[in-house]
Amino acid sequence: MSNPIPVKIVVAGGFAVGKSTFVSSISDIDPLTTEAAMTKVSEGVDDLGDATSKKSTTVAMDFGRVSLGQELVLYLFGTPGQDRFHFMWDELVRGAIGAVVLVDTGRLEHCFPAVDYMERAGVPFIVAVNAFDGVLRHHPDDVREALDVPSHVPVVVTDARHKAAVRDTLVNLVRHAMAMSQATSQAPA
Amino acid sequence: MTEETDAFTSLRVRPYLLTRGRTRSVVELPMEALVQSTPDGNSRLASLDHERQRIVRLCTEPQSIAEVSAHLKIHLQVARILVGDLVSEGLVATHTAPTQTNERPDLRLLERVLDGLQSL
Repeated sequence: MSNPIPVKIVVAGGFAVGKSTFVSSISDIDPLTTEAAMTKVSEGVDDLGDATSKKSTTVAMDFGRVSLGQELVLYLFGTPGQDRFHFMWDELVRGAIGAVVLVDTGRLEHCFPAVDYMERAGVPFIVAVNAFDGVLRHHPDDVREALDVPSHVPVVVTDARHKAAVRDTLVNLVRHAMAMSQATSQAPA
Repeated sequence: MTEETDAFTSLRVRPYLLTRGRTRSVVELPMEALVQSTPDGNSRLASLDHERQRIVRLCTEPQSIAEVSAHLKIHLQVARILVGDLVSEGLVATHTAPTQTNERPDLRLLERVLDGLQSL
C-alpha cells in the first residue's frame, strides 16, 4: 500500500446554517474540534515574546474525516462562524480542493462574507442551499440572483442531514474544481 | 464536555510551554497533513517524553495534524511544532497531497477524489 494522501474541503457559511450537521452526516468519525490561537493582527502577529500585553484569540474549528478507498483521506473543515475569525480562513483554504458555501434561504445575508471571501481568494466553490426541515423556501435561481454569484459557480440544493445529499454536494464541488483546474491549465500563460 | 473545556483551558495558560517557547514549526505542515509513526518512532516509544510519546502512539494509524491537536487537546500550532520536531528526528513521517503551483490539488488527484466519493 502506498502512502495515504490527505485532501481537504472547506464547509463555509453563516452561523448555525448547518455546517456541523453537514460534516457529521458523512464523516466516518464523530466530528472533532481543533483549536488555534492567534494574536490579533492589529496588535502584531509574529512577536509572541510579550504576548501578555496583547490580546490572544482562540478559534475552534470542527472537522470530520471520510476515507475514500485505501489511500485517500478527505477532511471536511467547518469555518469558524463569526466574521472576526476570518484570519483563520486563509489557512483553511490553503491547499483545499475548494469550498461548499452553505446557505439558509431564511438568512441569505449570513453567507455573503463566505461568498465574497472565496471569490476574492480564487477558491473553487459552490453554493449549496440547505433545505432546512426538508423545505426549500427559495428557488436556487433566486438565490443565485440574490447572492450575485458568477454564472460559472454552481448553485445546488442539499440536505445537510442526509449522507447521500451531502455526498452529491461534494461530488458537485469536486467536478467544479476539476473544471476550474482545466480552465486554468488551458489559459495562456 | 466540561472536562474537555477544562483541558483546553489549562493548556491555554501557556500553550507554548510544550514547544519551549517556539511559535514556528521547522516544517510548515498543512493542518490536514497525515502523520504516521515510523518503525524507529515505535521502537523508541518508551524513551520519549509524555506529549511526544502520545503523538507517536496515536499516529500508528495515520492521523492529521488537526486530529493530533484534537485528541491531545493542544493548540493546532503546538501540534504542528511538536510533529515538526518528530519529523526531523525521524520518529514520524508526514504525507501531504501533491499540489499544483497555485496550491490546489492536481487534476489526477481530483479524479481519484471524485471516484472515491461516488463509490461511497
